[in-house]
Amino acid sequence: MQIVFAATACVSIAAIAVICVFLLANGLPAIREIGLSNLLTGTVWKPLSGIYGLLPMIVGSLYVTAGALVVGVPLGILTAVYLARFCPARLYAVLKPGVDLMAGIPSVIYGFFGLVVIVPWVRTNLGGQGFGVLTASLLLGMMILPSIIDVSESALRAVPDRYFEGSLALGATKERSAFSVVLPAARSGILAGVVLGIGRAIGETMAVIMVAGNQPVIPADILSGVRTLTANIALEIGYATDLHRGALIATAVVLFVFGLLVDLAVAGLKRRMPS
Amino acid sequence: MRGRRIDVASLLLRTAMLLAVVITFAGLLFLVAHIMSHGLRYLKPGLFNWTYDSDNLSMMPAIINTLEMVVLSLLLAGPVGVGAAVYLNEYAKPGNRLVPIVRLTAETLSGIPSIVYGLFGALFFVKGLGWRLSMASGVGTLAIMILPLIMRTTEEALKSVPDDYRQGSYGLGAGKLRTVFSIVLPAAMPGVMAGIILAIGRIVGESAALIFTAGTVAQAGAGLGSPARTLAVHLYVLSNEGLHINETYATAVVLLIVVLLINALSDAIGRMLMRRSSHG
Repeated sequence: MQIVFAATACVSIAAIAVICVFLLANGLPAIREIGLSNLLTGTVWKPLSGIYGLLPMIVGSLYVTAGALVVGVPLGILTAVYLARFCPARLYAVLKPGVDLMAGIPSVIYGFFGLVVIVPWVRTNLGGQGFGVLTASLLLGMMILPSIIDVSESALRAVPDRYFEGSLALGATKERSAFSVVLPAARSGILAGVVLGIGRAIGETMAVIMVAGNQPVIPADILSGVRTLTANIALEIGYATDLHRGALIATAVVLFVFGLLVDLAVAGLKRRMPS
Repeated sequence: MRGRRIDVASLLLRTAMLLAVVITFAGLLFLVAHIMSHGLRYLKPGLFNWTYDSDNLSMMPAIINTLEMVVLSLLLAGPVGVGAAVYLNEYAKPGNRLVPIVRLTAETLSGIPSIVYGLFGALFFVKGLGWRLSMASGVGTLAIMILPLIMRTTEEALKSVPDDYRQGSYGLGAGKLRTVFSIVLPAAMPGVMAGIILAIGRIVGESAALIFTAGTVAQAGAGLGSPARTLAVHLYVLSNEGLHINETYATAVVLLIVVLLINALSDAIGRMLMRRSSHG
């Protein structure tokens, strides 16, 4: 029987191998034909004219991810500190399931909410079309909150109580103790939460498509439309053929590499956490 | 005067913290309230007709497709994921060289964005295996996606089963396999269930990985070989068409309620686990 269990354990190895083989076998020829530097640094994406520059999408993904972090990281960490150290038990019993719900809401619902609430709000109050970097950043910021809160809270709770109590005994207030003693002690865990949020923001597809405008150009300002790497694949894979298809698969290879880096970072940071 | 001086920094920190909490949860509350208040009154019987047409915009076929996909993906990924976790936690000896590789690949799988799964599914199942845009292609893609989730949660559940249980079982003369199936797995069941519910939530909410594997055809009941859209994909298509905003809100309400139910269930199981661990 051991062999059966071992075989099931090997399924994930097989899956990752097949995924890599299929992406590389279909992506590498396209990368070779377009040229890696043309692909990564080209600023023009015109599949109909055979021009495949991914830079606008790489920049787009980085912009909206950075924007999401600006929104999500301060809110997430402050909320996590509150939940871990200040929240009364009764309130916690309500707020904690709220965080879980935030994590469980599907991206299409976030996207629809962005489309009917955030897009019109940005359009009337700040101008532009409403679809763009700012809207996508606000929405993604909201979407990465549960990842950041959840992982940060666990990291903060893993810090031994004596740190907090020692600081109180030295005369520091609860707030100062939480922020200048407990928070620094939990930093690798909190960083893992932030990196997880980065992964979620870079990988998000449908919600971003619904609010970002999707023009394949480097955005001029935060109200301009933007297209991410994920959106690039989703928008065009339905009808792409030949080299165009290959270029989209190359886009996925770039994303896959991003995802791998995020994953390794999270694993590395978690190992440094006190357990 | 008694007590401390007011510390300005502490006051600022406390204010910032409370503000962050209010913004965070107000956002969630606003999202839920907005969708409920705009959608509930448009939940008409026509939306639950057995067949879809462009007049009734029924979501029933999409709901049926979602259920079928949940069941089929779990049938594939459940036994494999649980089996893998049993191997990692019960069979593999310390120093086993397979274990770190399996863990690394499972970690990598869980970090892949869903659109990359969608693209892979389109290349592998849809084209490579010739399954075309179909429920089968969608189920295959979903099964790979939820596998690492089930593996991880099951392994955690197995780890929390005390070693005394295993020793007791061996002491009574049971073999390894019987111990795993009659003692360890039943004891770990709530944890395994929690993982399965997480996986259900992931499937119900998935869209990017399904559009290019299972397609966006709105009918149900045409079998494994036909395209089929789930409720989340249905919501995306409706929202994208932008023609029927009220029905789109109503569909979002149903999807949101399903997610709320799944969350409540997983919460209940989580509490059960907590109670048990504090007793034992």
